[in-house]
Amino acid sequence: MTNPRLLRAALPFLTLAIVLTATFYVQPRTMSYFGLNLMLQYAVPIALATIAQMFIITVNDLDLSIGPFVGLVGVIAATVLNSSPVLGAAALMVCVLAYGVVGALIHVRNLPSIVVTLGLSFVWLGISVTMLPSPGGKAPAVLKAIMTVQTPYVPFPILAAVAIGLVVHLALMTTSFGVVARGAGGNPKALARAGWSMLGTKVVMYMLAGLFGLLAGLALLGLTTSADAHVADRYTLYSIAGVILGGGEFIGGRINPIGAVVGALTLALAGAFLIFLRISPDWQIGAQGAVLIIVLALRALASTREKSL
Amino acid sequence: MSTEAIRLDGVEKSFGAVRALAGVDLVVAVGECLGLVGHNGAGKSTLMHVLAGALLPDAGTLTVGGTEPKAQWSAAASQAAGIRCVFQELSLCPNLSVAENARITHASLRGFGWKGRARALICAKLDEIFPGHRIAPDDEIAQLPIGQRQMVEIARAFTVTTAPLRLVILDEPTSSLDAVAAGQLLSYIRKETARGTAIILISHILGEILATSDRIVVMKDGKQVAARPAPAFDRSSLMAAMGSDLKEVEARGDRWQSPKADAAVVVRASPQRDGGGSELVVREGEIVGLAGLAGHGQTRLLLQIFAGHADVDRPVAFVAGDRQSEGVFNLWSIAENVTVASLRALIRRGLINVAAEAKLARAWRERIGIRTSDMGRNILTLSGGNQQKVLFARALASDARIILMDDPMRGVDIGTKLEVYAMIRAEAASGRSFLWYTTELDELTHCDKVYVFWNGKISDSIEAADFSEQRVLRASFAESGA
Amino acid sequence: MKGLLSWLRGQRWIGSFLAAGLVWILAVVFAGGRGGGEILSSALAFATFTVIVGLGQMMVITTGPGNVDLSIPATMTLSGVIAMKLMDTESARILVGTAAAMGASFVVGVANYALIRLLRIPPIIATLSSSFLVLSTAISVGRGLRIKPPPPLADFATARAFGVPFAAIAVAALTVIIGLTLTHTIYGRTVAAIGQNERAAWLAGLDVRRTRFATYVLSAMLAGLCGILQSGFSGGAALNMGDDFLLASIAVVVIGGTSVAGGRGNVPGIWGAALFMYLLVTMLNIFGASPGVRLIMTGLIIIAVIAVAGSENPRRA
Repeated sequence: MTNPRLLRAALPFLTLAIVLTATFYVQPRTMSYFGLNLMLQYAVPIALATIAQMFIITVNDLDLSIGPFVGLVGVIAATVLNSSPVLGAAALMVCVLAYGVVGALIHVRNLPSIVVTLGLSFVWLGISVTMLPSPGGKAPAVLKAIMTVQTPYVPFPILAAVAIGLVVHLALMTTSFGVVARGAGGNPKALARAGWSMLGTKVVMYMLAGLFGLLAGLALLGLTTSADAHVADRYTLYSIAGVILGGGEFIGGRINPIGAVVGALTLALAGAFLIFLRISPDWQIGAQGAVLIIVLALRALASTREKSL
Repeated sequence: MSTEAIRLDGVEKSFGAVRALAGVDLVVAVGECLGLVGHNGAGKSTLMHVLAGALLPDAGTLTVGGTEPKAQWSAAASQAAGIRCVFQELSLCPNLSVAENARITHASLRGFGWKGRARALICAKLDEIFPGHRIAPDDEIAQLPIGQRQMVEIARAFTVTTAPLRLVILDEPTSSLDAVAAGQLLSYIRKETARGTAIILISHILGEILATSDRIVVMKDGKQVAARPAPAFDRSSLMAAMGSDLKEVEARGDRWQSPKADAAVVVRASPQRDGGGSELVVREGEIVGLAGLAGHGQTRLLLQIFAGHADVDRPVAFVAGDRQSEGVFNLWSIAENVTVASLRALIRRGLINVAAEAKLARAWRERIGIRTSDMGRNILTLSGGNQQKVLFARALASDARIILMDDPMRGVDIGTKLEVYAMIRAEAASGRSFLWYTTELDELTHCDKVYVFWNGKISDSIEAADFSEQRVLRASFAESGA
Repeated sequence: MKGLLSWLRGQRWIGSFLAAGLVWILAVVFAGGRGGGEILSSALAFATFTVIVGLGQMMVITTGPGNVDLSIPATMTLSGVIAMKLMDTESARILVGTAAAMGASFVVGVANYALIRLLRIPPIIATLSSSFLVLSTAISVGRGLRIKPPPPLADFATARAFGVPFAAIAVAALTVIIGLTLTHTIYGRTVAAIGQNERAAWLAGLDVRRTRFATYVLSAMLAGLCGILQSGFSGGAALNMGDDFLLASIAVVVIGGTSVAGGRGNVPGIWGAALFMYLLVTMLNIFGASPGVRLIMTGLIIIAVIAVAGSENPRRA
């Protein structure tokens, strides 16, 4: 009985190991502090965005606006936050609160999260483009400093990703609140009957998603140093793929924070790997889709085996 | 200090035309195990939902521990008053562990070290009720077999953190337990009542009720019809109390001709997965009834036949009993709901002929008596009984020769029922076969043959001439290995 | 008169046409009272393409909650690229190019359904993932050169008669066909039935699986058709030609009055919504609003429309 479960938990690590080995094989020079640091640079913002998506998936919804949201955060931080920190901070807070409002709207009116967040993605994008029609702005110095810190022995992105994974794991998998949040995804009716507020739970999870989207935007800005409304458009697919690679499921409240972070690392690596493999850039985007399909296919196979046991 | 745990007086509840509870009085004493029995539709589940705060009654009073509750009765108030329920739909979160599920019902399990406390709480109770269980507190519910899930649900109901336990409702708790666990639960019930907790035990296994209860209440048609200390009952007196004393139920009369015994066989099916056990046979023009307690395999057999996993060679149609989730298309008109299974016959020059469709709909309005002036109105403008007529019309309008009916008369008024029964008999006389699962005993008198189900198997098959309600009841409560 | 008013209120596509009319008036006002005809004509020309994919998306969405086709832009692009490459500016090869492009679209539709059914992947993810593969294929097939469409195709896609584009007339005819399919064929009724209650549809004897399959194929092939026409219109197949069409295809369905919970498709509304969206862009441009404003407004309108409409199928307890 535990075998398929172990397989499900181990899959993200296996996938990471495979991609890592393959990368080292193709390009041995990456097997160094500098090489790893370079390849995994963008792992931190991707991991944060993946966690944000994971909070939404925990309550059986899907967020198609996380990419543009990350871009918007970068735009606000590189413009308003730089010139007037208080106003900028307030603007960012409003963004996080907006996520909470959207979550409440989706719950109260029983709306499909896909369509609402798709519309929302264009609102975020529109605001970004209005504030910053072409790439520009300047990242606050503190962000740059944090994101480029040279930690001894282990590259910063890896440390940061591990830290993020651990913190969220502790918060969602070991605390009493985390139980309620995951239960809301597993059996919302039972939760309501036991007296918990489904509305409150959803709003909290959406705001946590907004918060981590905020952190992702700041982290990304620290790396790119100037903002671009479209810089994170791919993050929507990355975040969904990361959660799935990490062993999460769309319905049922089954998520895995550490797996999600590992999935994000794998995706960041896969991008570099595809470049090294000299796969024509035409196919890089297709490869990402293929990876997602392959992982889902493997999971479908694993679950049918699980059922027949 | 009152000797009553809870008291219900004159509780009434109706769902549209259906009177689920017609003025029920119920008292459960402190430390008493009350056995609640009754056939389908007696009102047991509805009464328990009212007690648990999940349903608001139309009339009646509730007192808890001798005093009326201060605030509006609700699920939260019920829990705070120490009332717990284990219903047949499990309310565990499959993605969480056993200990985490304990947290869901105990809001006080929080803060530092909550998990250790939760583990200890649930393990202690599991050990107490089901010694020798092999459930670990960190097992994920989805990984546990249904029997163990039920054990967790039951144990959780008996755990106490803040509010003391007053009353625990167990609705068919042994349905998924093996013999050992079932026995452990029943002896635990005796132990727990000795400690002062009241327990309501609902079970279709009469032997369990007789052995475990202090007092037994029999319900029928939304009322309490008998209440005596358990030793005063035995199996036959219980079944006599549950049955009706309507003379009409027995005498079927020669109101219509039964089909000849040598008519062609149109359905041959076996409810048991391995193909063993009794087989079900339907002939042309026959009305075959499926009886027995709800959920004992009748619907599964109907679906099996519909999906083609049986020996059937003619077109089949299905009439759903749960209109909302299996029958009615909410956004469509009455006419569209009627014709949806007959579209092929309405095609002229490649497209559905709307005029022919309207004509068909009107024809069925006349034949089956749908009360509406305009078949083009939305289906939800019809009453429940009329909506059910639409589902019948849908099946009958199609080219199906075999009609499967999944307890379709549930919640329908008597006038509609009589009209539909007449329709069924007329259609059967012209060669259509009906396979009719019903939870109401008197409907079985319309059938040429009745198969009674118990635990997924056929426990008895009764020809019309030999039909008696007692025989059906006996087969419905058959306990020894059918 | 009262009967007429209540009939009008019952027609759920009126709203989008009224909104389109309102925006057109505003646009003309901002333009100083001139050019109303040209504005309308332009809007018709652009709206035509959105309507084609909107029809396909509407069929998919009508099959029930959770069903959406996110691979439309990619399929459009692939179809356009294949068509242009095979036609190679020659009129004689129009048929070959069209056949190949539509064939490729058919394959995409089949693949989408296979992912959903065999691998049990939710439609959003299945179509999202396949869109990446399809786009990659398009990129590698369309290597570099932007091949011009054959003149007859370009003419058909751009020509107008008294200000009304030929393509719009053709697509209007297509709309009528699809509308009739939805209400007057067994396939169309099955789509609406599945969207309202899949289990009831199965129990009523309808073929749920084949209908779902046909719907995803239809959506892909309509996207393919759009890609060919769009390439004719814009002078070639660009690799980003599908970019705007993802949100647009969903927006015209939602704003046009189709129920996102499934079961009720609104065909005329798609035209009203498409016109509304293009007139909105035109009005904002004339008004001098920045491009970001268009994005914000489109997003907000979509959210507003479904929030107000709510989920029409009552939450299943």
